[in-house]
Amino acid sequence: MGFIGDTVESIRSIQIRQVLAQIISLGMIVTSALIIWKGLMVATGSESPVVVVLSGSMEPGFKRGDILFLHMSKDPIRTGEIVVFNIDGREIPIVHRVIKVHEREESAEVDILTKGDNNFGDDRLLYAHGQLWLHQHHIMGRAVGFLPYVGWVTIIMTEKPFIKYLLIGALGLLVITSKE
Amino acid sequence: MHSWVQRLLTTATTAALLLLAACCAASALDAFHVPSVQAQAHVTKINRFHKQLNGNDKVTLTFNLSANLESLFTWSTKQVFVFLTAEYENSKNSLNQVSLWDHIIPDKDKANLQVEVKSKYPLIDQGSSLRGKKVQLVLHWHVMPKAGVMIRDRMALSEFNLPDSYTS
Repeated sequence: MGFIGDTVESIRSIQIRQVLAQIISLGMIVTSALIIWKGLMVATGSESPVVVVLSGSMEPGFKRGDILFLHMSKDPIRTGEIVVFNIDGREIPIVHRVIKVHEREESAEVDILTKGDNNFGDDRLLYAHGQLWLHQHHIMGRAVGFLPYVGWVTIIMTEKPFIKYLLIGALGLLVITSKE
Repeated sequence: MHSWVQRLLTTATTAALLLLAACCAASALDAFHVPSVQAQAHVTKINRFHKQLNGNDKVTLTFNLSANLESLFTWSTKQVFVFLTAEYENSKNSLNQVSLWDHIIPDKDKANLQVEVKSKYPLIDQGSSLRGKKVQLVLHWHVMPKAGVMIRDRMALSEFNLPDSYTS
């Protein structure tokens, strides 16, 4: 009875000023999250500074559920780097290692070939039909650091939307009922 | 005064912050670690050298490699990804880097490599510039930690000349 009763009581006793204050503090939380994300985008130069590993193609280096931090500097792409790239006609970006680089002298255009550490062959089968090489514009960023397991939160939330709504609901209730 | 929800949140936040700090500290320590890698590699045989139907030169070769990578490992290292590339210039490209072989070293006990192997990936040119070409063998390594910042480095090993004519 205690917790539920307290909760109901605290919702009932809400004053209009308090409601306004809570709306503002909720707004602060949302906007500061947005500021951090956009700030990371500017600092790393990558349109998605953090990605979640979804497949086991880079095991044992990266497992499903690990998160990678990306950086997109002006430095040219070289073999051995782990890059995140988009293929035309595919929605989900891929994280694999560069195994070949051919770079033109005057235009500095590059042809790149990638492969997953845990895959047998290179990635030409994953590329668009007839595509032999990746170019600079396919590359979203290179992986510079990683954290294990953290990405499971987003994997679970995308695969089980029910848990996402439960979490959002619980957080919303917490914000409404907190008195500070 | 504090409800159990508040206590739970505070505990979780503190735990996350401490883990983050430990992770940053580990990466910072790794930055001061100066490894001393010793390595040698030589091409021992050109197995096949020909021009493919699409006009690109293709070489398969055998090389020996001895490399001591033990000093790359620290307490927070998960694995070292080591690979050998052939690098050369030609009239079309100012840089060609082609992976010939790679290997994952899971721990320090296995970091002293002595191998003689065939190239895992063939050396395929963009075009046919490889006859008589001088090619540099370069050893690269990519140190992947249990969490944190990854480190990459390379060491040029030896040069070899491809033959002036195709073998078949």
